Amino acid sequence: MRWGMVIDLDRCIHCQACAVACSTENNLALGSPQEAADDRLIRWLQFLPEIEGEYPHVSARLTPMMCQHCDDPPCTFVCPVSATYLSPDGTVAQIYWRCIGCRFCVNACPYTMKWFNWYLPRWPGQTSRATNPDVELRDKGVTEKCTLCHHRLQLAKEQAKLEGRPLRPGEYVPACVEACPTEAIVFGDLDDPASEVSRLRRDQRSFTYLEELGTKPKVAYLKARAGLRGLK
Amino acid sequence: MEATPPNPKLSDQEIERDILAPLRRPPGRVWWASVVLLAAVFVWGLVAWAWQIHRGLGVTGMNAPVFWGFYIINFVFFIGISHAGTLVSAILRLTKARWRYPLTRVAEAITLFSLPFGAMSVVVDLGRPDRLLNVIHFPHLTSPILWDVICISTYLVGSATYLYLPLIPDIALCRDKLTEAGPFKRWLYRIGALGWTGTARQAAVLEKAVAVMAVLITPIAVSVHTVVSWIFATTANPMWHSTIFGPYFVVGAIYSGIGALVVAMTIMRRAWRLEKYLTPHIYDYLGQLFLVMCCLWTYFTFGEYLITYLGRSPTERVVWMDKFVGAYAWPFWGMIVACLVIPMAVLCRKRTRTPGWMTFAASAVLLGMWLERYLIVVPTKAHPFLSWGVGHYKPSWVEWSVLASWCAGFALAFFLFFRLYPCISVWEIKEGQKHE
Repeated sequence: MRWGMVIDLDRCIHCQACAVACSTENNLALGSPQEAADDRLIRWLQFLPEIEGEYPHVSARLTPMMCQHCDDPPCTFVCPVSATYLSPDGTVAQIYWRCIGCRFCVNACPYTMKWFNWYLPRWPGQTSRATNPDVELRDKGVTEKCTLCHHRLQLAKEQAKLEGRPLRPGEYVPACVEACPTEAIVFGDLDDPASEVSRLRRDQRSFTYLEELGTKPKVAYLKARAGLRGLK
Repeated sequence: MEATPPNPKLSDQEIERDILAPLRRPPGRVWWASVVLLAAVFVWGLVAWAWQIHRGLGVTGMNAPVFWGFYIINFVFFIGISHAGTLVSAILRLTKARWRYPLTRVAEAITLFSLPFGAMSVVVDLGRPDRLLNVIHFPHLTSPILWDVICISTYLVGSATYLYLPLIPDIALCRDKLTEAGPFKRWLYRIGALGWTGTARQAAVLEKAVAVMAVLITPIAVSVHTVVSWIFATTANPMWHSTIFGPYFVVGAIYSGIGALVVAMTIMRRAWRLEKYLTPHIYDYLGQLFLVMCCLWTYFTFGEYLITYLGRSPTERVVWMDKFVGAYAWPFWGMIVACLVIPMAVLCRKRTRTPGWMTFAASAVLLGMWLERYLIVVPTKAHPFLSWGVGHYKPSWVEWSVLASWCAGFALAFFLFFRLYPCISVWEIKEGQKHE
């Protein structure tokens, strides 16, 4: 198994439902306006603004982006305590209780897709009772990142084992994939050449960000057919 | 450079009297005032750090994407200063330059006392300093941070040994001459002297040990600042990923180290009336070495910036422009003035290689080299690869406090040490006189 995803930028309508689903699923604290102003909010899935052309011929696009789960991740190489590592199923994992908070991995990530807990995450009022019990709450001073909703994989695996059968395709999908109303995000096993995600990876429109750095991301995108399109 | 002892007309008794005088004299009002002030600033920084541990790293000015700031700059700066000792002491010892005698002890002390502050800067930078020992429990050897841990701890042990070995005969001298000292000091001298009596055999062993250490410590020092630079160079970030960073950092380290040495020399010269030993001659010679390092630093800086610009990489060009004419133009041109214009103007003429002018140039270099590290750490992080927007960084009072505290703590360790031990190597000065 080597989990990966392909995001079709033609289908994406920038509704950001995936970002909301991700934050809720993974217990990302809401944060305060002050933290937002200080650029310290933690959002594993963010929309990359890309603007092309010069006024008045400007086009803009928002691209959903999360940890690209590189096959050759620059972040795991520099971690002094192996708190971040490439797991056998292909996800780049982070062990919160081992992390010493040096932020070297964060600086090594060319996608700027790792996050640091500058403060202890706060859960004001009733929000503390609305957290996802399957996902650990983070402590202050540690780095965190997209896990491809790894807890969902654990649950799916346990269910499959209980029923004495292999994992079925589509049984495990991250929250962002599930929430997408236009099915722009396709998720699956990249090791299986027949899977939908493998097929789309071979599509002419498929590309990865910062390919030239040789990070071999497992998150790929399908180019919008009309180039940069959308918010004209 | 010709080899001249500082002053060829001094008797052994005179040397002992002059250099031990600051240890005999009871601490004056200025000394107490300085110590209290330095201690207060140092403790204030520790209070700020405690506040940061309590609240989290959010009390600093760091953010996404500028994930590193003052602490990493201080780390590189203090580790850089520590290269004073190695160069002046080891290199000049190896080349048998005799004007080094009055400098070696001060230089070695700078090394030993700046290293812990460099290392502590990284600990302050950690989100979880309580898990520091994870680097021993779960070592991941591909991480340049681990290379740093290995090199810096080796360097710390090495430089402590290298300071201590040539100190043994002088501790014995204190033991024999400073009989009026308190019981604690006398105990320190008795233990520290290791039963040194100055026999020919003891002298031969010491000579050999110091020579071996001088050879060993040089590559260790080079390795230390090389792996410090690799913390940056091993990532793909624009203007960090540079093959010349290793030697560039080593040169910058020695450059700032000599700066620290000159400032320390001048303070001691004034405070403890050592004009007879730290002569204008020595400043002149050290000034020439300083000039060489200034030229080397300029050469590396010029090469780095020229070739990066001509490399045409768009991500690098953006950082480059921001340093040259953008948001970081003030620190950049400040660095050029402080590390190139001022020192070059002062050091290139014998007329201005005087204690006063050199101290001015050295202070400029210290400031400029701190700015150099600021310009390496911050602008690169402010410009992520992807179009996330330009990052900003404004250090908080906590970061300023820790910077002030580390400088004060370093000076304090230095002053306290030289209340106990002679700041100039008595036996080496005597040796130098014999060669005349």
